[in-house]
Amino acid sequence: MASYDVIFIGGGPAGYVGAIRSAQLGLSVAVVEREGLGGTCVLWGCIPAKALLESASLATRISHGADFGVTAGDLKLDYGVAMKRSRAVSTQNSKGVEFLFKKNKITWIKGSGKITGKNAVTVKVDGKEEKHDAKKAIVISTGSRVKGLPQIGLELNKSTVISSDEALTLEKAPKTMAIVGAGAVGCEFADVFSAFGTQVTLIEALPGILPLEDADCSAELTRSFKKRKIDVLAAAKIGDVKVGKSSVSMSVEVGGKKQNLEVEKVLVAAGRAPNIDDIGIKEMGVQLTDRGFIKINERMETSVKGIYAIGDVAGPPMLAHKGEREGIVFAEFLTGQKHVHPVNYGNVPNATYCHPEVASIGMTEAQVKEKKIDYKVGKFPFSANGRARTSGETEGFVKIIRDTKYGEILGAHIIGAHATEIIHELAVARENEFTVEEVDLAIHAHPTLSEAIAEATLDSLGKVIHI
Amino acid sequence: MATKVVMEALSPTMEEGRLVKWNKNEGDQIKAGDVLAEVETDKAVMELVARGDGVLRKRLANEGDASPVGTLLAVIAAPDENIDSIVGSGGAAASTGAAQSAQAGGAAQSGSAPNQAVADTREAPAKSPVPQAPKQSQGEASTPPQQKAGGSSAPPSGPPPRPAAPRPPAAPPAPRGNGASHPAAATDGRRRSSPLARRLASDRGIQLGSIQGTGPGGRIVKRDIENAKAAGTAAGRSAAAERLATEGDFKDVALTQIRKTIAKRLTESNGPIPTFFLTAEFDATRAAEMRKQLAEMGDEYKASFNDIVIKAVALALGEHPEVNAHWLGDKIRQFNRIHVAMAVAIEDGLITPVLFDADRMTLWDISAKARDLAGRARERKLMPEEYTGSTFSVSNLGMFGIDQFTAIINPPEAGILAIGGVEEKPIVVDGQLEVRQRMRVTMSCDHRVIDGATGAKFLQTVRRYIENPLSLLI
Repeated sequence: MASYDVIFIGGGPAGYVGAIRSAQLGLSVAVVEREGLGGTCVLWGCIPAKALLESASLATRISHGADFGVTAGDLKLDYGVAMKRSRAVSTQNSKGVEFLFKKNKITWIKGSGKITGKNAVTVKVDGKEEKHDAKKAIVISTGSRVKGLPQIGLELNKSTVISSDEALTLEKAPKTMAIVGAGAVGCEFADVFSAFGTQVTLIEALPGILPLEDADCSAELTRSFKKRKIDVLAAAKIGDVKVGKSSVSMSVEVGGKKQNLEVEKVLVAAGRAPNIDDIGIKEMGVQLTDRGFIKINERMETSVKGIYAIGDVAGPPMLAHKGEREGIVFAEFLTGQKHVHPVNYGNVPNATYCHPEVASIGMTEAQVKEKKIDYKVGKFPFSANGRARTSGETEGFVKIIRDTKYGEILGAHIIGAHATEIIHELAVARENEFTVEEVDLAIHAHPTLSEAIAEATLDSLGKVIHI
Repeated sequence: MATKVVMEALSPTMEEGRLVKWNKNEGDQIKAGDVLAEVETDKAVMELVARGDGVLRKRLANEGDASPVGTLLAVIAAPDENIDSIVGSGGAAASTGAAQSAQAGGAAQSGSAPNQAVADTREAPAKSPVPQAPKQSQGEASTPPQQKAGGSSAPPSGPPPRPAAPRPPAAPPAPRGNGASHPAAATDGRRRSSPLARRLASDRGIQLGSIQGTGPGGRIVKRDIENAKAAGTAAGRSAAAERLATEGDFKDVALTQIRKTIAKRLTESNGPIPTFFLTAEFDATRAAEMRKQLAEMGDEYKASFNDIVIKAVALALGEHPEVNAHWLGDKIRQFNRIHVAMAVAIEDGLITPVLFDADRMTLWDISAKARDLAGRARERKLMPEEYTGSTFSVSNLGMFGIDQFTAIINPPEAGILAIGGVEEKPIVVDGQLEVRQRMRVTMSCDHRVIDGATGAKFLQTVRRYIENPLSLLI
């Protein structure tokens, strides 16, 4: 039994970042984590997926190498090698977090944690239980997991019906694959497997892929995917699922037309569920939201005093960077810092790392319309951007939605190469309440992709230069 | 069923009312017809009557707050009724109200806006319209920083400025730095605020200084502007005013409805500064005698008529704080300290060095300081802080043989006194013709701040000092 100020249950981005900030603020901190530090993000999500996407990107670019005067012999693709590299990157990142724990004197308790009383966390390690005392706070940062779609017969079996976890450890790319769910994860794996030669069918129940993004981005990505022979089926209904040992068959109905599909593997990329079981919250009486997440307030407090929740388990958007920020805000409120800036949930960037990348912040045009805000749209295509032309990545555009009267940036949507990198100019602008004019006033270097952002703001003002 | 108490149009022309006094407290049992509060309209103080029964659950406006017609002031409801939604929606209604009043404010300012550029280029470098003397302590809402941010007083490094105008206050008023186009930046330069918040505030006529920021480090952000209800803003403003007042350097006077109406109507009629003039002829015989005697005592006792007038004006200002004031658009700021500017002609224009705390200076202090300032002014060696920060001005063209003239107000000051030459004149005294030394003075008054009688009483006091000059030596 050991005593700490704060014990985090779960060492993903929310938990480990919250732990570091807590330690920086002078608290004694322990993190209960049964697997590796970094959580889903580092081990089974963001990081390894991006590593694979980099392989995919390289493959795509090399296949166009001749146009650039660079030919590197026959292109050979080996998913297994890409996968192993991706695992190595993951491990490296996880070790990085371990180092940060040592640096900040944070204790990693290896095992599964459970809240067993006020201030008490019991950790199961190799069948043995040890109890720890959390004097100031217990923080639930257990994250979320893929839940599969048993209601339509797609129960995860880890062989033919898999989640991203298995996809990340496949030794080779399958010949055919249906990806169910075209959110960020679905689109990214569609990109990866397509680049590695898999015939991918991307299936989405909602009317467009990346349904949370602006409809224009969704349409542009659909066009791009179709060009790369990814079969995109949106507004689709899956039925007649038959899961076999080496293949899965199903029917997919789009617009009243049914087609049959037989694939080697189905990757279920729809829906994640918060990890709320067996952590003692039911016993403690911690309230949930009607969507099954832990209910928290701006200080990350749950309905039970002394118990906090951050990250995916505390509700959407289920994004690593949202969880990280919640961890920081938790620590700052707990230690009574001055001027704690609460999480601005309206300004969390979305990023999808398929090619072309899609990134956004703020409201979509549909949301702005729904709110009956008077708005103007500015749009600038990368095909008119010098830097995009030099790299031959002219797909996509920047779209800025601004308030008509005050120029407030209501939403910004970028689809194109490096969209996830250049979106942050707009994140900073929005966080500081810069208007489109301040964004334009900042001189953008030439030639850069970011110029397209300045041009889009200008376009929203009716003053675009380069089109 | 809850009843919303709103600012009612108690007179046909009423656009906003000032809540003078609450007659009921939160928790009081209310019957329809009860007088809830007294409200000052543009014409009179009227009663605000309850339109429903219940308990006065929530008062949303504070005494002294001015609210546009339609603003939610209070909620009457059953003791256990949930009024959150009403109070919440009231916020929205109130912000609309704020927007309305903002437009009104914008309109009031717009009169001066077209002239601002003139004000800035011509005069601004020479003369910051706001006192900077108390610059050490007024905190974020104080005026000197505004000036700096407003750009109008960006102190020139190097030689003193070159005011091209014939007389410093010649330029039309720029009562709030660069004014209507960027009031937020101008009035609250050091208040941290987001560009969007500044735009919203500017559009809605909300003073950033009256708002508590909730962004990082107290930065004012969009939600703060949106939350700044009419009531909340007014409360913030009066709190700020109180805080400043306790510092003792000045007192802010909220504009009464009649004051607002006067300001609005007169501005419409008479340009941005509705000026009127009061002329008086003082007997300077005794002052002349005193001057002579002082001169005989030695050079160190010499004093000019100008020095005597400045001393008299300074003492009179002490008795008439309503004249020692600035017009700040949404309020009048009366200063407890007296900083008299004197116009000094220089080669290609003029400049107005300031005698700070002139009321506390002896006549000889004033004399020595005035000589020093005038000398250095002509050599263009004045520091910016030496010619900014006055609360009242005096201009003297007597030495050029001018009997009488009118000077132009140096905004945001409320008045300027123009001194003509002292000359011998035949005067009837007690039925006898006598030759006396006479001096004609003309005071230009900003009617928004100074009414005729106020100015006249001030001149009476000046006369008392000039005609009994020994009182200036005490």
